[in-house]
Amino acid sequence: MRFLPLVWKNLGRRKVRTTFTALSIVISFLLFGILAAIRLAFSAGVDVTGADRLAVTHKVSIIQPLPISYGDQIARVPGVREVTHANWFGGIYKDPKNFFPRMGVDPVTYLDIYPEIKLPEDQKKAWLADRTGAIVGRVTADRFGFKVGDRIPILSTIYTKLDGGRTWDFTVDGIYDAPKGFDTSALFFQYDYLKEAAFTTNQVGWYIIRISDPQHAQRIVDQIDALFANSHAETKTSTEKAFAEGFAKQAGDIGAIITGIVSAVFFTLLLVAGNTMAQSVRERTSELAVLKTLGYGDGLVMRLVLFESCLLALVAGGLGLVLAKLATSGGDPTGGFLPVFYLPGRDFGLGIGLAVALGLATGALPAWQAMRLRIVDALRRV
Amino acid sequence: MGLLRWFSQVWAVTLLNLRTIGQRRGSSAATVFGVAGVVMVFVAVLSIAEGFHATLAATGSPAGVIVMRGGSDSEMMSGISRDNARIIADGPGVGRTGQGETASSELYVVVSLPKRTTHTDANVPLRGVQPAAFAVRGNIHLISGRPFRWGHNEVIAGVGAARQFAGLDLGSTLHLGENVWQVVGIFESGGSLSESEIWTDVDLLMPAYRRTLFQSVHLELASPAAFDRFKDALTTDPRLDVSVLREADYYAEQSRSLTTIITRLGYSITILMGIGAVFGAVLTMYSAVASRTREIATLRALGFGSGPVEVSVLAESLVLALAGGVIGGLLAYLLFDGYRTSTLNWQSFSQVAFAFKVTPRLLVTAIVVTLPMGLIGGIFPAIRAGTLPVASALRET
Repeated sequence: MRFLPLVWKNLGRRKVRTTFTALSIVISFLLFGILAAIRLAFSAGVDVTGADRLAVTHKVSIIQPLPISYGDQIARVPGVREVTHANWFGGIYKDPKNFFPRMGVDPVTYLDIYPEIKLPEDQKKAWLADRTGAIVGRVTADRFGFKVGDRIPILSTIYTKLDGGRTWDFTVDGIYDAPKGFDTSALFFQYDYLKEAAFTTNQVGWYIIRISDPQHAQRIVDQIDALFANSHAETKTSTEKAFAEGFAKQAGDIGAIITGIVSAVFFTLLLVAGNTMAQSVRERTSELAVLKTLGYGDGLVMRLVLFESCLLALVAGGLGLVLAKLATSGGDPTGGFLPVFYLPGRDFGLGIGLAVALGLATGALPAWQAMRLRIVDALRRV
Repeated sequence: MGLLRWFSQVWAVTLLNLRTIGQRRGSSAATVFGVAGVVMVFVAVLSIAEGFHATLAATGSPAGVIVMRGGSDSEMMSGISRDNARIIADGPGVGRTGQGETASSELYVVVSLPKRTTHTDANVPLRGVQPAAFAVRGNIHLISGRPFRWGHNEVIAGVGAARQFAGLDLGSTLHLGENVWQVVGIFESGGSLSESEIWTDVDLLMPAYRRTLFQSVHLELASPAAFDRFKDALTTDPRLDVSVLREADYYAEQSRSLTTIITRLGYSITILMGIGAVFGAVLTMYSAVASRTREIATLRALGFGSGPVEVSVLAESLVLALAGGVIGGLLAYLLFDGYRTSTLNWQSFSQVAFAFKVTPRLLVTAIVVTLPMGLIGGIFPAIRAGTLPVASALRET
C-alpha cells in the first residue's frame, strides 16, 4: 500500500492517455452492465419461478381455453396442494401502446400460490370484497400514476359486457410489490367480474398448481395430462420454469443476437484499452531500470506494474458498472415491452471479476518483461 | 502563404502520414477494428428492424382491406359472424372474379410447435381461409407439394414457418385436438407475413378450434380509390360494428412497437459504443503523433505550416475511421444479411418468421456515422501536432 502514491504518479504522468484509456474501459463496462439487463429482460421471470409450481395449458395452444371444471379434477391428483387459474383479458387502456398485462384470477388461491405478490393486508381485504376491484403492480402504478381508489377503464378486445359495451371499469384496491425479478407490471382482477360478460363460457386460460414435493413433479405432470387425454381439451402440463422459458424463447433469438454482437464489441474495446495500457508500461522501460538500480527487487517491480494496470481497470471498470446500475435503475426503457429491467447483483459481481481479469491480462506481459529486465540492457536503450 | 501552396503542403504531409501507417500497424489496426466493431453492431441490430419491417411491409396490396370487429387491434381478438361476413363481402367496390367476390372470411389461431433452434414451443399462426383468399393475396405460389383440398384435413405451410418450426415438412402430420392434419404443400408469397403462417380450410378449422365466429374478412377492392366509399358504407351500416383498415396500415401498426424498440436499442447501444471507439481513436492518434514528434518538428523546421500538419493528422484519423466503417459494414453484410429467425409479434401473439436485411441505405448511414468518430478522434491530437514547440521537439527521443 505504501507504493500507492508511486503507482498513482505513474498513472498521472500521461494524463490524457490515462484518461482516455480509463474512459474506454468505463464505456465497455457500462455496455456490459446494460447488456446484462437486456439479457435478463428478454428471459424475464425465468429466474424467479417456483420449483413447486406447475402450469397447465391447452395442448394445442395457449390461446385455447380449458373448462373451469378441470380445476376440481386437478386438485384431486395426489401431490397437488392447491390449484388456481387465470384468464388473459388483454384490452386497451386509452391507447394500444399503453400495454401492460391484465388477468382475471381467483384472488384467494392466486395470492396463496404466489407469495411473491406482496399486498398490504387492508388492501387485500378490500380487493377480496370488491368484485370489480383490481390490484396493480408497482411498475405499472408508477408508470401511469395509479393510486388506490382510482378507476381504470379498459376497452376489451375479447369480452363484451351484457349491455353490449366493451369498456370494463376496474377500481384499484391495492398496489402490490414483489421481490426483484418478479414482473410487477400486471393488473389482476377477480375472475368473477367476467361473469358480467355477454358470453360466460366457464372457461379459464390456464391453471397454476402448487405441488407438495418438486421431486414428484414429473409423475404429477403425467397424471394430469393422462386425466384429460382424448377429451376435447387435452392439456399440456409443465413446470412453471419451462412455461416461462417457453415464453421467453418465443421472443426468440433477438435477445441472444444482440447479446452476441455486443459482447464482441465489448472485447474489441477492451483490446484497444489493453493495448494502450501495455504500451504505456513499455515506454517506461528505462525508468523501471532506474528503480531496479535503486534496489527494488524483481518481484516488487513486477507487482508494481501489475498493481498499476489492475488499479486502472478496477477503478474505471467499477465506475462503468456503477453508471450501468444508475442507467438501468429507471426500469423499463421501452415502455412496457421489457417489464423486468435491472442490473442483477450477480452480473455486477461478474463485471468486477472481469475488470480484475482485464487488469491482470493487460499487465501480465509488461510485468513479466519488467521482472526479467536487465538493468544494463535497459539503461543502454534510449 | 498562397492557397495553392497551402494545399500542396497539406497534400504532401497527408500522403506522408498515410504511407507511414504501416509503421504504426498495431495501434492503427486497433482503431480500425474498434470502429469496424461499432459499425458492424449498428448495422446488424438495425438490420433486424429493417428485416422485420420489410416482411410486414411486403404484406397487403394497395387495394387490400381487412375488416375486423370494432375496437379490435388484431385478428386474434376479433370476431365476425357468418351473416355479417356476408354483408361485408357484398359491400360496394369489392373486386370480383369468375368465382365471386374477392373476399375471404378467415379464422386466425395459433398452434404450438417446437422451434427448430431452441426446441421450445412457439405460437405458430394457423389461418383458416376461403377459396377467395388466394385471389385476395394474389402472390401465393406453391414451391413444393400441392394445394390442400377443400373439406379435407390438409394444410399448406408457408416457407418461413416450415423453415423455423419442426413438424411442418412436406408429408408430416399435425395434431389439432382429435384430428390429424397432413402437410401437403409449402408455399411462398414474396417474403410477406403469410410465409410465417399455415393455411387450411376455414370450415374445418372452426369446428377443430370450437369456434362459431370468423375473425376477419380479408378482401381486395376493385381499385384502391374505392376504399373510402367501402369504409363509409360498412361503418354506417347499423347491422355491423366493424373497423375497416387498409392492409398496409394494419400491418404497419403491427410492426410498429417491435421496430421502435429494436431501433431504439440499436441507436443507444451504437452511441455508447461509438463513444468508446472515439476514445480508442484518440488514443491511437495521440500515440501516432507522439511517435513522430521528431518527424513533425523536422517538417515544421523545413517550413511546413502548422495548418497542413494539423489537417494531415485529421485526415489520417478520418481515413482510419472510414476504413473501419467499410470493413464493419461489409462484415455485417456478409454475416447477417439474410439471416433467418423468428420472433413473437405481441400484437397478434404469434410468430413472425423474417430475415435480417442489410439495406444499402443502412450501409450508407453506417459509413456516414464513422466520419464524426474519425473527426472527433483526430482533433485533439491534431492540435497537439500543430502546436509542438519545434526546438524542444527536435531534441526529443
